[in-house]
Amino acid sequence: MTSNIAPTPETLVAATTNASSLTGLATVAYIIAAALFIMSLSGLGHPETSRRGNVYGIAGMLIALIATALLLSSSGFMIFMAAVIPAAIIGAVLASRVQMTSMPQLVAMLHSFVGAAAVLVGFATLREHSPLTGSALLIHNIEIYIGVCIGSITFTGSIIAYAKLDGKIGGKPLVLPARHLLNIIVVLLTFALGYMFAQAVGDGDMTKSMWLLGIATAITGLFGVHMVMAIGGADMPVVVSMLNSYSGWAAAAAGFMLSNDLLIITGALVGSSGAILSYIMCKSMNRSFFSVIMGGFGAAEGTTVAIEGEHTEIMVEGTVDLIRNAKSIVIVPGYGMAVAQAQHTLSEITKELEAAGIKIRFAIHPIAGRLPGHMNVLLAEANISYDIVLEMDEINEDFTETDLVLVIGANDIVNPSALDDPGSPIAGMPVLEVWKAKDVIVMKRSMASGYAGIGNPLFVKDNTQMLFGDAKKNVDAILTAYRTG
Amino acid sequence: MRIGIPKEIHTGERRVAGTPKTVKKLIEMGFEVVVEQGAGVAAEHYDDMYAQAGATLTADTKAVWGESDIVLKVHSPQIHPSLGVHEADLIKEGGCLIGFIWPAQNQDILDKFNARKASVLAMDCVPRISRAQKVDALSAMANAAGYRAVIEAVNVYPRFLTGQSTAAGGIKPAKVLVIGAGVAGLAAIGAAKSLGAIVRAFDTRLEVGDQVRSMGAEFLELDFKEDGSGEGGYAKIMSKEFIDAEMKLFAQQAMEVDIIITTALIPGKPAPLLITAGMVESMREGGVIVDLAAQQGGNCVLTKADELVIHKGVRVVGYTDLPSRMAIQTSWLYASTLVSMIDEMGGDENFKIDFENDIVRGSLVCHDGNTTWPPPQQKQTQAPIVSPDQPSMDTAATAAQDGKPKTKYGSIAVMIIIAIALLALGRVAPSDFLSHFTVFVLACFVGWQVVWNVTPALHTPLMSVTNAISGIILIGGMLHLSGTTTGSEVHTDTIAVVLGAAAVFLAAINISGGFLVTRRMLSMFHK
Repeated sequence: MTSNIAPTPETLVAATTNASSLTGLATVAYIIAAALFIMSLSGLGHPETSRRGNVYGIAGMLIALIATALLLSSSGFMIFMAAVIPAAIIGAVLASRVQMTSMPQLVAMLHSFVGAAAVLVGFATLREHSPLTGSALLIHNIEIYIGVCIGSITFTGSIIAYAKLDGKIGGKPLVLPARHLLNIIVVLLTFALGYMFAQAVGDGDMTKSMWLLGIATAITGLFGVHMVMAIGGADMPVVVSMLNSYSGWAAAAAGFMLSNDLLIITGALVGSSGAILSYIMCKSMNRSFFSVIMGGFGAAEGTTVAIEGEHTEIMVEGTVDLIRNAKSIVIVPGYGMAVAQAQHTLSEITKELEAAGIKIRFAIHPIAGRLPGHMNVLLAEANISYDIVLEMDEINEDFTETDLVLVIGANDIVNPSALDDPGSPIAGMPVLEVWKAKDVIVMKRSMASGYAGIGNPLFVKDNTQMLFGDAKKNVDAILTAYRTG
Repeated sequence: MRIGIPKEIHTGERRVAGTPKTVKKLIEMGFEVVVEQGAGVAAEHYDDMYAQAGATLTADTKAVWGESDIVLKVHSPQIHPSLGVHEADLIKEGGCLIGFIWPAQNQDILDKFNARKASVLAMDCVPRISRAQKVDALSAMANAAGYRAVIEAVNVYPRFLTGQSTAAGGIKPAKVLVIGAGVAGLAAIGAAKSLGAIVRAFDTRLEVGDQVRSMGAEFLELDFKEDGSGEGGYAKIMSKEFIDAEMKLFAQQAMEVDIIITTALIPGKPAPLLITAGMVESMREGGVIVDLAAQQGGNCVLTKADELVIHKGVRVVGYTDLPSRMAIQTSWLYASTLVSMIDEMGGDENFKIDFENDIVRGSLVCHDGNTTWPPPQQKQTQAPIVSPDQPSMDTAATAAQDGKPKTKYGSIAVMIIIAIALLALGRVAPSDFLSHFTVFVLACFVGWQVVWNVTPALHTPLMSVTNAISGIILIGGMLHLSGTTTGSEVHTDTIAVVLGAAAVFLAAINISGGFLVTRRMLSMFHK
C-alpha cells in the first residue's frame, strides 16, 4: 500500500513500472491488434465486407486483452476476471435486447462508459505511476489531466444525449442566459485548475492533487451536461458523433499516460472516425461545427419568408391511385418513420410495387434520423435491399423523372426554402429536391413545423398533397387498399 | 488554321471524318479545310461536293497530313498501303489529330504520336458526362450499329419477323433476344420491335430495366440480385454466382428465341463469352446470332470477326463494320461530333489544348511528347472531401471543428503555428513522449484515410464498432490491477486497483455490447 508519488533517487534507478514493462510478446500482440482494428474500419467500406470488418475488430480486441492478461499477477488476473465476465454478459444482454429504433440511445450510453472508464483510469494512474521528474513528469501530469477532462465531458455529455434520445428529458435546447460567458469561465477555470494540479503533483502532495483532479472532473462534467443540454434533438447526429470522437481522444490520452501505443492508436482511430462523422453531419446541414455546439438551433436568427397558400389534403384512396399510376416512386423517410416503426410495412409495399414493375427507391438525407446512417439501419432491418436505398447525391438529379415522391415523417430535409430563401435558418443546407417530381405526398401528423421550427413551403406547392395521421397507420392502410383494390 | 481530312485506308471502311456539310461548318468557324481526293467517295460524298462547300482538294496524301494543323480521322492510324509509311509518322510536328484511337489496344501508336510531339484526342475516350453528349461519337456509332445489327439479322433470317394471319395460314412473330441494353442494345430493341418481332432484353445493370420497357421490350431478370453498374454508365464484371445464373437464363432463352443480338462489352477487357456452342445448337433452325462484340473477341464462341458463320443451321454474324455500312449518315454523325469537339477546343481563333476542360482532358491521349492517357480519375465521391491543403497535425479535429474550408493563407498560418508548436515540443519533451506522439499523429492520419472510405449507409455500424474498439481503454484499467513492481517488490495501491477494476468493468460492457450490436446490425444489411 505504498504510493510512489515522490520517488527517492534509489527507486528512480531501480524502478520499472507495470505500464512500460511490456514484454516482447505483448508488444507484438498490440501491433497485430492495431492492424486488425484498422482492417476492421476499412472493412466497413462496403456492406459485403462489413461483417468481416466486425470480426477483425473482435479478433483484435481478444488478442490485445489476452496479451495484457498475461502480464497480470495472479491476484490481478482474478480481479480482472471478476470484473470482465459480468460486464461482458451485461453488454451482451443490452446488445441483444435493444430495438433498432433505440440504437441511438444505446450508442450514446456506451459512449458514456468509455468516458467514465477514462476518468477512472486517469485517477488510478495518478495514484500509481512510474517515477518521473522534470518535463517528463509535467507532460505526464498534463496527460492525466487532459485524459480525465475529456473523459468527464464524454461521460456526462453522453448521459444527457442518452436521456434526450430516449425521451427521458425533452429534446428542446436548454438555453441558459449568458451561456457563452459561462462556457468561457469553465474553460478558464479548467486551465487554472490544471496548472494547480501540475504544481501539486510536482510537490508530491497526493491528497491535494486528488482533490484538484476531482474538482476538475466535476467542472468538466458540468460542462458536458450544459453543452449537450443546449443542443436540439435534430442536431443529435452531430452530438453523438462528436461524443464518439471524444471517447476516442479520451482513450488516446489514457494511452499517453500509460505509455501504451495500442491505446494511442486505437484512440486516434476512433477519434478521427468520430470527427469525420461530425464533419459530414455538419456539412449536410451547411452549419459549422461551432454553431452546432453552441446550440440553440431553432431560436433562429434571420427572418423567413412567411409561407403563403393553402395545402391540399389527400386520403389513403387517392394516395393508392397515385401509386398505381406511377412508374417510378421515391420514398423519403425521416425520423417520423422511425418513431412510428413504419419501415416493415414500407418493405411490404416495396415488394408489392416491385412485383408490379414499378421502380421504387428510397432517398436518404445524411442527417435523417438521430444517428449518422440511422435510416439505412432501419430499412436494412426491414429487409429492404441496400441497392434501392440511395444517398442524397445519388438521387437528387432523378427527382425530375420521378412520378411520385412519398415523404414519410421528414420535414426539414425536404424544405425548398433551404435553397431559395437566403433568410431561412437552414439556408444553404443541401436538401432532397422532392418538389421536382410530378407528385409529392407528405405524410405527417399535422402541419406543425420540424425541429428547425420553420415553415415548409413544400407543403403548399401545387404538386404536393398532405396525408395526415400516424405514419404507421397510414402505410398500413395504403398496403391494405393497394392489395384489395 | 488548316484542317486536313485524309481518305480512310482501313479495309472496308466507308466512312469519312468530314462531310460537305461539316466541312462548310468548319469553314464558317474560320478554318481552312483540305480534303484528300476521293476521301468521301465510299460514303457517296464526291469531290465536287467538297469543293462546293469551300474545301481545297488535293491528291497528295502527305500534304493533307503534314501541312494541316489538325487532322480528322475515323480509324486509328495504320501503315499506308500505297505510301508504305505509317500514317502517324505523317503528322506535322506538334500537330493535332482527332479520331478513334483505342489507346488501350494501340499502345505502340502512342509512341509514334509522341515522336511527332502531336496532340491526339481520342473520340473513343470522351468522358461520359452529360455535357459531352454532342461529342459522344461512340454512342452515335453504337446507335447505328444496333439498328444495323437487326437489319443484318433479318437479311439472313429465313422467316418473317412480324406475325401475320393470312388465309393460307398463320405466321408467328419472331422472338428476338437482345443482350446488353446500352445504346446499341436499345437501338436494336427499337428496330426489331418496329419490324414486328417480340423483343426481350437482358442487362446486368438493373437501372436500364425502365429504358428497356420504355422501348416496348420485356426486361429479363434473374432471381439473383446484383447490380452491374460500373463507372461511367458501363457494366462491370459480375460475380461467379451471377454469371452462372445468367448463363442458365441464356441457355433457356436460346431454345425459345429466333434471333440473338449480343452487345455485351466491358471497357478495356475482352468481350465476355455468353453464348456457348451448345446454346447455338439448341436454337431453332434458321436462327441468327448477331455479335456486336465481334471486334473484341465476340460474345459467342463461334463468332468470327467480319464473317458470316453458318453452324448447324444457325447463322452467326460477326461483321465489325456495321456503322460503316450506313456510311452516308454515320459519316455525317461522326463528323458532327468532331465539329463539336473542335468547337469545345475553342474553334479557329482560340484553339488550344485546355487541360482544365474535362472533355478535352478526358479525350487527350498524347500531348507534347508525353502520353496523357489514361486521364487522372475524377472521382465522384458522395462524401465531401476536405481540401488536401490542410493536412495539419490533428487534421481530424481541426477540420471537424470548422465546417467551412479555410482560406489558403489561413491554413498556411495554421500550419506554421503547428510547426512552431511541434518544434517547441520537440525541444522540451523527452524522446519517449515524442515517439508516442509520432504514433498518435500517424494513427490519426490512418484513421482519417480509412474512415472516408466508409459508405454513408454504414455510419451507424461504424459508430458502434468504433465505440466497441474504444473499449480498448479496458487495458488501461487492467494495467493497474497488479500494482507497481519496484525491483522485486510489488506495491499495490488499493484505491488504484479498485478504480482500475471499475474501469475494466465499464469498458467490458462497452466491448461486448458494441461488437454484438454491430454484428446484429450488419447481418441485416443485404442486397
